Amino acid sequence: MSVIGQIGQWFDRRLQLAAPIREAAEHPVPRNTASWFYVFGSAALTVFLLQLVTGILLALIYVPSANEAWSSLQALNHDVTLGWFIRAMHGWGSNFMVAIVLIHMVQVFLFGAYKFPRELTWIIGVFLLLMTLGMAFSGQVLRFDQDAYWGLGIGASIASRVPIAGPMIVKLMLGGPIIAGATLSRFFALHVFAIPGMLIGLVCLHVLMVLKLGINEWPMPGRLVKRATYENEYHQLTRKDGAPFVPYAVWKDLFFAAFILLAVAACALYFGPFGPTGRPDPTVIQTAPKPDYFFLWLYGLLSYLPPSMETPALLIGPVVVIAFLVLLPFLSGEGEKSWRRRPIAVLTVLLIAIILGTLTHLAGFTPWSPHMNAWSGDPVPQRFLHGATALQRKGALVFQAKQCRNCHSLGELGGQRGPALDSVAVRLTQDQLIRQVIQGGGNMPAYGKNLSPAETTALVAFLETLHPAGQAPAREAARDIVLRDSGTRP
Amino acid sequence: MSNENLISRRGLFMKIGMLFNGLVATALAFPIMRFLLSSVTRGHGNGYLSWVSLGRVSEFPEGETRLATFRNPYVMPTDGQTVDTACWVRRIGGDQFQVFAVNCAHLGCPVRWFPQSGLFMCPCHGGAYYRDGSRASGPPERGLFEYPYKVQDGMVTIQAGELPTPGSPTASSFGNKPPCAARNDLVSIDSKLSTSNETNALVRRMQT
Repeated sequence: MSVIGQIGQWFDRRLQLAAPIREAAEHPVPRNTASWFYVFGSAALTVFLLQLVTGILLALIYVPSANEAWSSLQALNHDVTLGWFIRAMHGWGSNFMVAIVLIHMVQVFLFGAYKFPRELTWIIGVFLLLMTLGMAFSGQVLRFDQDAYWGLGIGASIASRVPIAGPMIVKLMLGGPIIAGATLSRFFALHVFAIPGMLIGLVCLHVLMVLKLGINEWPMPGRLVKRATYENEYHQLTRKDGAPFVPYAVWKDLFFAAFILLAVAACALYFGPFGPTGRPDPTVIQTAPKPDYFFLWLYGLLSYLPPSMETPALLIGPVVVIAFLVLLPFLSGEGEKSWRRRPIAVLTVLLIAIILGTLTHLAGFTPWSPHMNAWSGDPVPQRFLHGATALQRKGALVFQAKQCRNCHSLGELGGQRGPALDSVAVRLTQDQLIRQVIQGGGNMPAYGKNLSPAETTALVAFLETLHPAGQAPAREAARDIVLRDSGTRP
Repeated sequence: MSNENLISRRGLFMKIGMLFNGLVATALAFPIMRFLLSSVTRGHGNGYLSWVSLGRVSEFPEGETRLATFRNPYVMPTDGQTVDTACWVRRIGGDQFQVFAVNCAHLGCPVRWFPQSGLFMCPCHGGAYYRDGSRASGPPERGLFEYPYKVQDGMVTIQAGELPTPGSPTASSFGNKPPCAARNDLVSIDSKLSTSNETNALVRRMQT
């Protein structure tokens, strides 16, 4: 026997791991599960390992102190050889991990893999998803910049709305009365020790259960899951039409894992690391904080919810969603597995995907946020002033000077918080314009106290010119009659 | 064990051992929980709040709203810049002030003051507030948070020390006056202000 073989035997005699590892590797899986649809679980595990490795590498340099974190990130970006690359890998790795975990979850849901006897595997998976999101949020905090600072403020504002316990939760979360050094330290502890520790434990359990219970077979329409017979049927399937996991199915996992790692590296190389943005200095208020990619949908949702629904939605919504996910295998633990015969399941996935996708897309350009610099940065396009009277030009100046432009666009430039005003004169009569400007309403502040009568007259004179060339402005029919009858107009 | 009702000597020891561990764990849970919750318990009874100075009254022109900064009274050695806090100081006239937190009452983003339109605007979800801090539009459910202030020896001081959030008791104990009443009060004060003159001057500047 070779020397290496002897050394191997020496170790195995003491470890006694070779037999169970071989058994796990060669356990039979249904042939049709050797599919490209079944690679997302192992891909998630691969990215998780990548995050562990790059995370440890970053911790060699990173300083979890409110005073030094930002500078240590700058050092990683600019001074430490390839520090930027490791940061970029870790940042892109987190984006990929959230995405792959979600895809894995959708696949498992559509293939009915959460049904008997794999209910607990699914429930652990739900907690793994929550922890992945927890890692994503706490990781964003560790990138201790302006976005992280104000993102924590948003988190605190949401947490503070919990009835009675809210203020206590905020202090517990921040580690003190304000966002400061203790806040960063505790998010560091969460991100580096607490959540990864739980993640490693639950991932091991999750994988162990997949090995023990067997991978979910490819769902066939009409082949129903019954508690009494399923396990027998599954064993017969693997005996009759099974193949050893290694190498029959594993090669696809290996290919996809390598491909994902390559994709993360390519993104890291091409796009580089995320931030850090400005210093976490709360006195610098010229900032428009934005969450990381995977929380953009929430950012969008929070601006579209009516104020009265916001607190209930924020506090009850997550509880309902998590409860539903955890209870799902008990609500439909048996029956049809194939997505071909589960239209509601497919539609639910599509609906959620469309909602999340739309909100994320909208959060890319935030139509709900005022453009803080539009009033001084975006001039009124020339065509709106062509042939304008002195009064109308003065009105255009008032329009800019009073920051109307921050919320209203002209010529597609300016804020989108309020409606575009390119053709407002077609929609509103003179009287309606005056009333709207002075009293506000419909989500517009009242400007009555900040406009002199002369300014209002000028502003409305300008707004009345805003209509397409061939289209007459709106006017009140009764007004002409009243003016004619009173003799002021022929 | 032939008789199931009888506990063996070893079995009894094991149970006592488990009980002993349980007692020790309970005893240790106290200091651990006290430590974990220290940031909460320390703040009981406004423990974090103190009066801090924003500067001389004369630094704040009458009728204007200015950004002021102060150092949070509760500081840890590793806090760095994060204890520097900003607030909006509105001097209504004389010793009458309003001091607003920069944090939007919606989700805490920093609001910016626009003197020309007399509005605070939030860059996040588009909350807007009037000059007196009352809600103008957008998702916030209430007006801006206000710090209690007093004028002493010519200095403006405010009671601060906690991050104002929609649920914090300090946020609800003040700055929550009915917006209509508050705004009516201020109409008379506002009419004294030279806002429209200011704008006219600005418009003239832009015209030239």
